[in-house]
Amino acid sequence: MTDTTASAAHSDAAHAHDHHDADHKPGFFARWFMSTNHKDIGTLYLLFAVFAGIIGGAISGLMRLELAEPGIQYLEAWSGQQGDAALHLWNVLITAHGLIMVFFMVMPAVIGGFGNWFVPIMIGAPDMAFPRMNNVSFWLTVSAFILLLGSTFVSGGIGNGAGTGWTVYAPLSTSGSPGPAVDLAILSLHLAGASSILGAVNFITTIFNMRAPGMTLHKMPLFVWSVLVTAFLLLLSLPVLAAAITMLLTDRNFGTTFYDPSGGGDPVLYQHLFWFFGHPEVYIMILPAFGIVSQIVSTFSRKPVFGYLGMAYAMVAIGVVGFVVWAHHMFTTGMSVNVKMYFTAATMVIAVPTGVKIFSWIATMWSGSISFKAPMVWALGFIFMFTVGGVTGVVLANGGVDDIMHDTYYVVAHFHYVLSLGAVFGLFAGTYYWFPKMTGRMYNEFLGHLHFWVFFVGVNVLFFPMHFLGLQGMPRRYPDYPDAQAYWNHVATNGYYIMAIGVGIFLINMIWSMLAGKKAPDNPWGEGANTLEWTLSSPPPFHQFETLPKID
Amino acid sequence: MKKIKTLLMAMTLAGMPGLALAQEQAAVASAPVAQAAAMAAPVAATVAPAADAAAPAAEAVKAEKPAAPAPLAPSELGLPHEAAIGLQEVVTDVGQNGRWMHNAVLFPLIAGICLFVLALLLWVMFRYRAAANPNPSKNSHNTLIEVIWTLVPILILVAVAVPSIRLLARQFDPPKADLTIKVIGHQWFWSYQYPDNGDFEVVSNMLKEKDQVEAGQQFRTDADGPRLLAADERMVVPAGKVVKLIVTADDVIHSFAVPAFWTKMDAIPGRLNETWFKVDRPGVYFGQCSELCGVRHGFMPIAVEVRPEAEFNQWVLSKGGKLAGAEAVAPAAAPAEPAPAAPAAATKG
Ligand code: HEM
Ligand SMILES: [Cu+2]
Ligand SMILES: [Cu+2]
Repeated sequence: MTDTTASAAHSDAAHAHDHHDADHKPGFFARWFMSTNHKDIGTLYLLFAVFAGIIGGAISGLMRLELAEPGIQYLEAWSGQQGDAALHLWNVLITAHGLIMVFFMVMPAVIGGFGNWFVPIMIGAPDMAFPRMNNVSFWLTVSAFILLLGSTFVSGGIGNGAGTGWTVYAPLSTSGSPGPAVDLAILSLHLAGASSILGAVNFITTIFNMRAPGMTLHKMPLFVWSVLVTAFLLLLSLPVLAAAITMLLTDRNFGTTFYDPSGGGDPVLYQHLFWFFGHPEVYIMILPAFGIVSQIVSTFSRKPVFGYLGMAYAMVAIGVVGFVVWAHHMFTTGMSVNVKMYFTAATMVIAVPTGVKIFSWIATMWSGSISFKAPMVWALGFIFMFTVGGVTGVVLANGGVDDIMHDTYYVVAHFHYVLSLGAVFGLFAGTYYWFPKMTGRMYNEFLGHLHFWVFFVGVNVLFFPMHFLGLQGMPRRYPDYPDAQAYWNHVATNGYYIMAIGVGIFLINMIWSMLAGKKAPDNPWGEGANTLEWTLSSPPPFHQFETLPKID
Repeated sequence: MKKIKTLLMAMTLAGMPGLALAQEQAAVASAPVAQAAAMAAPVAATVAPAADAAAPAAEAVKAEKPAAPAPLAPSELGLPHEAAIGLQEVVTDVGQNGRWMHNAVLFPLIAGICLFVLALLLWVMFRYRAAANPNPSKNSHNTLIEVIWTLVPILILVAVAVPSIRLLARQFDPPKADLTIKVIGHQWFWSYQYPDNGDFEVVSNMLKEKDQVEAGQQFRTDADGPRLLAADERMVVPAGKVVKLIVTADDVIHSFAVPAFWTKMDAIPGRLNETWFKVDRPGVYFGQCSELCGVRHGFMPIAVEVRPEAEFNQWVLSKGGKLAGAEAVAPAAAPAEPAPAAPAAATKG
């Protein structure tokens, strides 16, 4: 059912076109600043994500450095200030790190980058449905990022920058943070949200209306399915975030009291609204990675995905159930016992479709013929590390146990296993998988493997001890800890250094391969790679599928 | 408003230098004992100050309250341990239940799942590597196996849900409260009000290190607890009694957490959240604010001291409080009516 396209018209138009496509390419400025080409916009998103990821990653390096030893060592020097103002820098760092990684690294990379590049190609479409809107989406993301960076230069109360955490809870974000920094951060979220909503509309329209003849929904590659579900999650959850943070703005500036009890409001209302967005958001970050991993596992096992329909509808189920579990982030806010029981049970339900996905990946490999190219190694790492992160989610889902875990490093460990080891492994897997297609050159296989092993060891040394710290009660968002927690914090910081070396290897590999890599064939991965992008040249022509391919 | 509070607190401290000193000495004296035998310490510590208590009271004309019992020295319980990898020990029934839920149910389950997935992965990687299996099968369906790997997780989760829901029910089924304490989170300290005991309030600030305070200010000693966990005033509760907490905040959200009690409850402005605990074992148990509340979020620890009832009563009187129920129980040294201007009580507001 999924080997949709091995037989798809081996688009000869594409090859013929290849030679004179330069004629159609606009000049540099028009091409990169006013782009309407999905592949160029995808490239812009990917470069942006790398840039933002380096900044976000550097910030976490500062945090790990400060946490390497008990006591405050660096904050005063970095902020140039003493006492509370130096401590404020800490909160600015955690806030910026969270927002950057979520909104400016993972989302732009998986949805804006790979989604833009490969969704149109995989469904046999010449471009996205709304190319100009696509361009607007990208530049809104850039504007949002500039606003967020700008917020760190203006007052956020005790020092410069917004120190509210990425969750921006009221009343810390309202009466608790005078100064314009938090306003700028909120506006940044508005723009990032608007960008994602436009992107979601674009993907949904494209996928529903622009599939090539014969490309039925049930023949779509799983990556396209994953982006479709993600787009719906974005479309339904982001407006709620927009409303929630707009009320923050009016509470801050216009004297409303949505979240202020002294005017009849309620701070907990904000949390409900935020997490109604926030839980779907975590799946927004992981579902496209699910899609990428499905493509890769099938390609390198030379087998169609096992249980294709189950895989597709498991993602739909995760998306639907993901909307009714939000309050598992709020178990300690004083909810009634019945509400806690409901959210405990509902949250555990999500583990079922998640399990279906993991077992289906393994079954896809079962009796396959597996070659361990870099993308596959990253995909395998993804499956295992995501499992580790997923099962700690099941622990946290128990409202009665979460009482001890909530807001500790155990939660930090959980979400880094699903994100830094889940979503990010998916990102690296996709990068290696599609690098030859996007650049026309092969990456260096040895460096790809080396990158994997160094990064894999680094992130595990970095994040696994956080489970221990959390179980011992270390709360999150702390710049200092009792001396008894020094050991595992020190280990974690060493893990960061190892991981950073891994990232260095990755960047070297990318730059070197882009400049001097071997020329990539149209399909470097062999018969297992049977989606439409492999029928095109590497890199694909500026406009592909001017004659639509036929899928049978 | 905050300034006034801080001022009053400073006065509280300044007003009782003798008392504070006496307490510290007693505490220091009992510290080694505590380390040698954690359980013996509280007992030893309680005898000494009780005997002393009369002396300063007789000397100082204005001493209208008995001395507080010396603070308990920290034991092995109620705080994190170097390089430890598991949950802290717990001292409440609910905590035992929760800890069992994690250690005996959830942890083995998730470790098993991870190992199972890892084993499967390693097996397929080995058995079906291209060299060993050059010709892949084209098989991509097996309804039976798909049904199995959907149903089995459902059954496992139902099995987990039963004890999980039971744990929740227990947490929410408090016995009748013997004592109610109102816990208020502030930027960046805690205050504890005792409405059953004349509604006095104690204000609890983190104790700074010796090199961080100006001369004459109180600083942390090992008898107070570890760095970042020790507080100048502890929440004191009677052992073996059901303590009900009403938790709220007066500025931003904080969260009152004591891992050894399995207690974590957000302190939210405009809300009165309720939780409870009952601890039989005397000792001091530490926790930390667990909701981001601004710059000194990491520096507003929680220290709860569980003491035998007699000592708790003595502590209440030393704070200018009344004993629950009857005035008659008050010892002779106590004035007919507690001075309304007692410093601790005056900090309220
Ligand atoms: C098996 C599926 C999962 C379950 C049952 C689950 C459960 C939970 C629960 C109960 C919490 C709240 C813990 C607390 O704050 O006390 C949580 C937090 C979190 N989870 Fe998951 N989770 C799952 C998968 C994921 C995935 C796939 C992601 C993202 C890729 C994710 C990202 C997060 C994040 C970012 C937080 C922390 C948010 C914050 O407080 O800042 N989780 N998860
Ligand atoms: Cu969630
Ligand atoms: Cu706090």
